[in-house]
Amino acid sequence: MSESRTDVVIVGGGLVGCAAALHLRSRGASVAVVEKNQLGAAASGVNFGGVRRNGRKLAELPIAARALAIWKRLPELVGSDCEYEITGNIKVARTDEHMDQIAAHAEAQAEYGVEVEMLGRNTLRDRYPWLGESALGAAYCATDGQANPRLVGPAFARAARAAGAMMVEHDGAQRVERDGSGFVVETESGRTLRGDTLINSSGAWGGRLAAQFGEPVEIWPMEPQMIVTEPAPYFMVPVLAVVGGDVYARQIPRGNVIFGGRSGTADLDVGFGKVHAEESLTTLARTIEIIPRIADLAVIRFWSGVEGCTEDHLPVLCPSRTTPGLVHAFGFSGHGFCLGPASGAVAAELALDGRSETPIEGFDIGRFDSP
Amino acid sequence: MNDDTPRVLIVGAGPAGTRAAEALVAHGVAPIVVDEGARSGGQIYRRPPAGFTRPAAALYGFEARKAQAVHATLDGLRERIDYRPNTLIWNIEGGVAQALGPDGIERIRFDALILATGAMDRVIPFPGWTLPGVFTMGGSQVALKAQGCAIGDPVVFMGTGPLLYLVAYQYVHAGARVAAVLDTSHLSQAIPVFPGLLWGGRTFAKGLWYMTWLRAAGIPVRGGITPVAAEGQSALEAVRYRDRRGREHRIACTGLGIGYSVKSEVQLAELAGCEMAFDPLAQQWLPQADVDGRAIEGSVYLAGDGAGVAGADAAEVRGRLAALALLADKDIATDRASQARLRAKLRRIMRFRNALERALPVPFHLARTLPDETVICRCEAITAGDIREGRALAPAEMNRAKAFTRVGMGRCQGRVCGPAAAQILAAARGCAVEDVGRLRGQAPVKPLSIRAGAEAAVEDRSRAASI
Amino acid sequence: MSQRTEQQASAGCRLVRLAETDRSGVTIFHGGKALDALAGDTLLTALLCNGVALRRNEFDGGLRSGFCNMGACQDCWVLLEDGSRIRACTTEVWDGMRVRAPDANE
Repeated sequence: MSESRTDVVIVGGGLVGCAAALHLRSRGASVAVVEKNQLGAAASGVNFGGVRRNGRKLAELPIAARALAIWKRLPELVGSDCEYEITGNIKVARTDEHMDQIAAHAEAQAEYGVEVEMLGRNTLRDRYPWLGESALGAAYCATDGQANPRLVGPAFARAARAAGAMMVEHDGAQRVERDGSGFVVETESGRTLRGDTLINSSGAWGGRLAAQFGEPVEIWPMEPQMIVTEPAPYFMVPVLAVVGGDVYARQIPRGNVIFGGRSGTADLDVGFGKVHAEESLTTLARTIEIIPRIADLAVIRFWSGVEGCTEDHLPVLCPSRTTPGLVHAFGFSGHGFCLGPASGAVAAELALDGRSETPIEGFDIGRFDSP
Repeated sequence: MNDDTPRVLIVGAGPAGTRAAEALVAHGVAPIVVDEGARSGGQIYRRPPAGFTRPAAALYGFEARKAQAVHATLDGLRERIDYRPNTLIWNIEGGVAQALGPDGIERIRFDALILATGAMDRVIPFPGWTLPGVFTMGGSQVALKAQGCAIGDPVVFMGTGPLLYLVAYQYVHAGARVAAVLDTSHLSQAIPVFPGLLWGGRTFAKGLWYMTWLRAAGIPVRGGITPVAAEGQSALEAVRYRDRRGREHRIACTGLGIGYSVKSEVQLAELAGCEMAFDPLAQQWLPQADVDGRAIEGSVYLAGDGAGVAGADAAEVRGRLAALALLADKDIATDRASQARLRAKLRRIMRFRNALERALPVPFHLARTLPDETVICRCEAITAGDIREGRALAPAEMNRAKAFTRVGMGRCQGRVCGPAAAQILAAARGCAVEDVGRLRGQAPVKPLSIRAGAEAAVEDRSRAASI
Repeated sequence: MSQRTEQQASAGCRLVRLAETDRSGVTIFHGGKALDALAGDTLLTALLCNGVALRRNEFDGGLRSGFCNMGACQDCWVLLEDGSRIRACTTEVWDGMRVRAPDANE
């Protein structure tokens, strides 16, 4: 079977892995990506599609800022805007307590340079007359947006391949080992890939790979249950999320409303999302309270995908503490789409330089160690 | 019924569902029969609404007695079964069928399921096929049978398969003006080549009879044609085709019925967990089952055209066989001799069907060479060129093509365009059509009202996601 | 919204009644205009017998008037004046049914 030797081997060809590959090529490093299914699919391809800083955890704001800059350059980087649009984002509160919460968060975000406008009930209703009665107020972030997740990962994969990265699809890593000063990866089909450094960007499965190198991280698989309606006249420009997370929704200019809020339970050994229609019915009920006019529409499809959550819902993005040359970039906890392009860049820098200018303090794997 | 009688759900009340229900009741099992139609009979033996007066002979022709028998059977069972018309099963998940009926959403728990979901027209798009006035062959027949209407004046029928001559005959017989019957195959040339057709006996003779009748009635019947385009400003005005010598013709019409035989409705079988395999003859991925329709022993059984197209007579047999298989798997005694007779009858019909499919091949090559600008996915207005190019991402597989281009992503979920889209993608990738896979079935199988869904939601905050 | 004329929307195909015309009449409204229909008509039949197209495709803007006529292709969903959506080929008309015209302001 074939053997290859590259500077870097990337295990996991989702958005993060493909973005890392493209970044590595732009730095002149040779790279191979190993993906057990399709490149840019899995969680990268079936997620909600939000690109936002509004309401984001503070630890993620610096890397989110870097991500935003990359999102704006998609056409030149990957040859397509992937339907990325800056549409704004509203985080809607339904109780006074939630209102206080988002106001406090908006203030904290301001220190990171994220401009958030607080909208009271009347302003909210003036601007978005389609909102339901239960919306008390919102935090609005004009610089947020959305993109088509089905396109982004594959576009990065194509660009990485065009830039000379070796992209191995439908051939999962079966054995990953330290080999002298580098790493050796054997795939299901018997391919051998050697690399000086290794990036673990295997998403929900990243915890298993980390455990092999003596640094286990518990990953809770989750299956967001997504819903899309038939096309309707375009009424809803910003992406909407409700505090508490039980409704998030966006409408694309074609007219379809994409929304979700509930999650099923996932089985990592099965590896793909399973629709739990009952969960989605609950989301329908919650969503028509916030966006009453969608009650007249029909759902045309439910779907789901598997994502990996860490204990604190922050990613693991850091050099390994046990193994020189190993870089972790997994467990994005449902935040990987927006952060993906920048996380790939950071992982590439960690692999080549051992460090990144982008602050990633909150993402160290050591934070899960028991005291 | 005692407590260990299995709770059986039959989906579909056409000939297969009706005969399955009859066989179950005869063995003391009263099924739930859910049907999308307002009246039983399915598409083939569709019944007009109340107040319509044409006799069965006018509606069903040679098949009138069979149609009436199927209708009478279900009507006779209604006191003994739980019959739910106007009800869509939109999802099957973990032993529960989620139904949307006149009173909203209901969850139907079952121990075993018989899927008799039927078929719809197989369509090969061509330029102009989305114009008002272009209908499927089956749709043209429904207009006449269930509504007493012709789809235009005059009408052209184009395609291939058993329905082509039948529907044209029914139209002329009912007084419609039929300007032409355009067949992509050569029915009259098929006989000597395919002796298997003779197994069909009466059925095949009827096909020839309709064709001869149409010719005698002065209707132009052309074989070996190639569709070119449907034309019109905002609605159909004419159809253009090439004859077998390559000369182009134009026929003015305001109604055009198209279709290339029918294809199985398999979405629920897939959601119910049936294994799917590519059938080279039908060029379709079909749920797998044994000769009796046993797909998953003890739980899922398939009957009728939904499990591979074999026609209405076969559907009646397969409905009975599926019910007998289910009963046997549930340790309910059945008559082995009648099962053997049914299997033999089905074998005879299948021999004919296979010969017919070979004699009247579906011209999938027409899809493969369609101009780039032809709309393939009529829901999302996705063209052949879009599919080939895949937004420069060169999809190798149907679900990727869907992800990149939105083909098959609209209201119909690819049930209309899926087969043609797969042909186009396979041709663009230079591979066999089975190598581009199939659009995965996803709930809801047909559009689901959000209001109805919301009203049925079960409040349970325990599993809310934390985002 | 749309500058397309009512005339265009009316240029839909025409179903032709051949039989079963002895049913009682009902009146439906299309874009506010009264149309004659018969009890037992599907909405598709009723509109197309009046030469009225059912809808416009959201993406290519073309008029559509159904296709499969048996609830499979989903190409005949129309909007009623109360905002609800129905599939024209599988819904029977009722007296006084009020349907939005394809080019009405939404």
